[in-house]
Amino acid sequence: MIGTLDAKIPSGPLAEKWTNHKDHSRLISPNNRRKFEIIVVGSGLAGGSAAATLGELGYRVKCFCYQDSPRRAHSIAAQGGINAAKNYQNDGDSVYRLFHDTIKGGDFRSREANVYRLAEVSTNIIDQCVAQGVPFAREYSGLLANRSFGGAQVSRTFYARGQTGQQLLLGCYQALCRQIAAGTVQMFPQTEMLDLVIVAGHAKGIIARSLRSGKIEKYAADAVVLATGGYGNVFYLSTNARGCNVTATYRAFKKGALFANPCFTQIHPTCIPVSGEHQSKLTLMSESLRNDGRVWVPKRKEDCAKPPNEIPENERDYYLERKYPSYGNLAPRDISSRAAKEVCDEGRGIGPGGRGVYLDFADAIKRLGENTIRERYGNLFEVYEKITGEDAYRVPMRIYPAVHYTMGGLWVDYDLMSNVPGLFVIGEANFSDHGANRLGASALMQGLADGYFILPYTLPNYLAGQIGKRPPADSPEFQKAEGEVRARVKKLLDVDGKRSLDSIHRELGLLLWDKCGMARNAKGLGEALQRIPELREKFWREVQVPGDGEDFNQSLERAGRLADFLEFAELMCTDALARDESSGAHFREEHQTPDGEALRDDGNHAAVFAWEFQSDNGHIAPPKVHREPLHFETVHLTQRSYK
Amino acid sequence: MNFRLRVWRQPNAKAAGRLVDYEARDISPNTSFLEMLDIVNENLLARAEEPIAFDSDCREGICGTCSLTINGEAHGPDHPGAVCELYMRKFRDGETIIIEPFRVRSFPIIKDLVIDRSALDRIVQAGGFISARAGSAPEANSIPIPKHDADLSMEAAACIGCGACAAACPNASAMLFTAAKVSHLSLVPQGNPERVRRVLKMVHVMDAEGFGNCTNTYECEAVCPAEISASFIAKLNREYMRARLRASAGD
Amino acid sequence: MIVAITGIILILFVIGHLLGNLQIFLGPDWINGYSQHLRDLGPLLWAIRIFLFAAVSIHIYATIQLAIENRRARPEPYVDRNYVKASWASRHMVVSGLVVLAFIIFHLLHFTARKFNPRFPLLKLDPLNRYDVYSMMVYGFENVYVSIFYVIGLFLLTLHLTHGSSSFFQSLGLNDRKLTPRLALAGRIFAWLLFAGYTSIPIAILLGLIKPAQQL
Repeated sequence: MIGTLDAKIPSGPLAEKWTNHKDHSRLISPNNRRKFEIIVVGSGLAGGSAAATLGELGYRVKCFCYQDSPRRAHSIAAQGGINAAKNYQNDGDSVYRLFHDTIKGGDFRSREANVYRLAEVSTNIIDQCVAQGVPFAREYSGLLANRSFGGAQVSRTFYARGQTGQQLLLGCYQALCRQIAAGTVQMFPQTEMLDLVIVAGHAKGIIARSLRSGKIEKYAADAVVLATGGYGNVFYLSTNARGCNVTATYRAFKKGALFANPCFTQIHPTCIPVSGEHQSKLTLMSESLRNDGRVWVPKRKEDCAKPPNEIPENERDYYLERKYPSYGNLAPRDISSRAAKEVCDEGRGIGPGGRGVYLDFADAIKRLGENTIRERYGNLFEVYEKITGEDAYRVPMRIYPAVHYTMGGLWVDYDLMSNVPGLFVIGEANFSDHGANRLGASALMQGLADGYFILPYTLPNYLAGQIGKRPPADSPEFQKAEGEVRARVKKLLDVDGKRSLDSIHRELGLLLWDKCGMARNAKGLGEALQRIPELREKFWREVQVPGDGEDFNQSLERAGRLADFLEFAELMCTDALARDESSGAHFREEHQTPDGEALRDDGNHAAVFAWEFQSDNGHIAPPKVHREPLHFETVHLTQRSYK
Repeated sequence: MNFRLRVWRQPNAKAAGRLVDYEARDISPNTSFLEMLDIVNENLLARAEEPIAFDSDCREGICGTCSLTINGEAHGPDHPGAVCELYMRKFRDGETIIIEPFRVRSFPIIKDLVIDRSALDRIVQAGGFISARAGSAPEANSIPIPKHDADLSMEAAACIGCGACAAACPNASAMLFTAAKVSHLSLVPQGNPERVRRVLKMVHVMDAEGFGNCTNTYECEAVCPAEISASFIAKLNREYMRARLRASAGD
Repeated sequence: MIVAITGIILILFVIGHLLGNLQIFLGPDWINGYSQHLRDLGPLLWAIRIFLFAAVSIHIYATIQLAIENRRARPEPYVDRNYVKASWASRHMVVSGLVVLAFIIFHLLHFTARKFNPRFPLLKLDPLNRYDVYSMMVYGFENVYVSIFYVIGLFLLTLHLTHGSSSFFQSLGLNDRKLTPRLALAGRIFAWLLFAGYTSIPIAILLGLIKPAQQL
């Protein structure tokens, strides 16, 4: 069904591609827009901004989210900030530099054209958010403040306390509310997409279940936009919200959409370490802390059990500063995470289980005073104290890496449309902009860029040819898909085993963290690929899902999501095994430089691996890979160096 | 640690509910309150009983999904903070803990401890926004905003929309929620053009949703996980009177 | 807002009334003159009375209305309830208000309509042909039960005002973060000063510090 993957990158010089493309994109006249129904699944920064903007343009939008309100989407939890090439600090920033930092940060595994466009529209995002009333931090002059963030040598990050994601999401939620009130957007909260409906090869609707009533309904549309976030919860423990899941994108994958680079999962270096088996989620401590905190472990293993203040300065190993003198504690996420894992593997980790490193503010407090530190990070220190019971003004924080973001996602072309016509994928759910590693403060940027400024221009390229082609919601394709969803729900309820969802999910998570986490190798991945199907069988034999389907049933919701994770995990490990190189967050132990850095193989792997679902008699068969070669016309591929 | 739990169970909005007793045994003090409930639910499942339905999502205090009244206090005893930020080390070993939903008529119970807070969304839909069409925004630094105003606006904007203010209010009033949004948007110059309309419409919908009235007991600010100050309610009152005057003056 | 504005009117009255009554400590001449002065206002006095009556009525009507709405806003009460900040007074304004209302009715019948006390009709005019309010108050308060009821009524009025006298600033939007705690404290001090002022009269009489100007 799929020929060669064509990303449809516009021709012309890099800096002019987007403008040229917009100039030649198709348009839909205002009075025709209301004839189109658009489904947007997800109401985070990408989905919310897309739904609001499309509604504003006059399309009829149906927006779905599993949360009880669109304001609770997980974008809300982003702390640090949002990048934009405004160069307000006069420190040499530019669109090109933001582009270059992002593509280098992604270890040259993303598309030049997409990333350049992202950097280009970044400035519009800040204008838009300020106009919406987002209370960004300001200087006494009344002008916007910036801070620096990992992986960059300029200050280009805009922020609102440690709650930037919340404020940006509320801005876009409010824009969405305005459209809901205007009647252009119909909101379906607590409604979960369980399947994609394809009619004559085009995505024309979804099947969704109301989590409140249990009712399963068919929704037809002219195009479907997925903005359903990442799949980090496949690891069970992650910084994602409990409800984040892969179901929407995985269902689309099973209906023929390609899943690109699923092995690119970001492990964030600054999270609060795991404290015990009961743990249900991990909490991120914003990367911005690394601006003033110094990361260290004891030089000698024997010192690890000592209280940190009894370890003298010369017995401490500030390993990030030692290894990466020019970026120091601000080295990119993948590099910092791996460095932490390394020192812990050497037995120099601190805290319970030896899986932790110190993030020490003593120097910053001495230099700037406790009040300044309190002003900058007060709320983060409070969160830390609530969770650990420790006062980080007195004793250094303990941190350890945790799963945070997934760069992989559904494959999309330059128009953000997947290989399935009519299926658009935006935000974290697609794969397009972050390559093998995402830089801090760029997820918010991408979500809003896609929703406010890219999709509204590119969607008409598809819609223009689709006037009057929306099928009725009771056409056979919808009925078939609905039947499948109902059968699946029934199958889950009928297992009637003894094992709890959490215990199976935890087992899957541990397996993936071990074999497909911060470091991977062929042997481990092979083992994982063997054990995942076994675990999946166990799930379908032994899982216990109480209650029934026609009701509010949280166990059933989770069971459906876990069933998809159990299939998706295999895809992720397959991709990790196929990508026989190290790049960014994907660190294959077989491929490293003598000093332990990721060693890319640009000859064979400068490509997107996009996977096509295959089935064999109703069973999952090994997926088929399609490669989209990445062409770099502007940047030079270099070994990333943050030394 | 061991605890005796008395948990509100209610099969659906219509049915009557009651407190049911459960035991939570061998809980580590470093367990969060919601993780403790996860453990209780695992045990219920093992006995083939239906787990307790309760809401949570981000589990780091920002999404505003979790909503429990614990021992008579919205979000439990560790203020400020959402339930998901509450840890068992804050309780005494052997303590009896009563867990109820947020009780507000405008937040109907869906099941057990899960409630419907769409009334808050409708208040925002009434006018809790600045109409800024994508693409029409002026350059971000073209209007400087005094740091003090921006900071104050941020303090109001920090609201997580959990509804604890209404849950804790003796009168089940949603004034703090509404005040936070009105204040956030009226403290920045971009919010000025819609200032009059916004406050009148939001207050109107708030009343129509059936919330109670503010009698200035300040219980709301005491339980607010985002530490929204009740002085924003004074600001809301100011904004409302100003809007009424301007509206009746024909402005 | 209506409650706040009528509340302010009533608070002003309560202050004025106290200042008037405290003249009892200055001797019969002062307080009898004061009351004669009030009576001499004639129609204006009635206008003030009607105005106050209207303020009380509106205050009560509006608060009852609010209380009904508030009760409706939470049909199913909490099984367990623990208040973190809301004071007893702030949560029981209706109860304290209703007791105060009962007290006011008694008080008006007692001293304005001069009921309940068989000796009131026997009081003669004072040397300057004014009604002897001074002696009336002394005889009125000599009854321990009456005085106790007055103290209870005043106590509830005080509780009512510990909340009410700062709350109206908030309702009228005349408040900010810095002012709130200061106003709350000032409100409490104000209310208790009123309590001290008002109760000083029956206590002084019971202790025999003030004696009637005429013996009956």
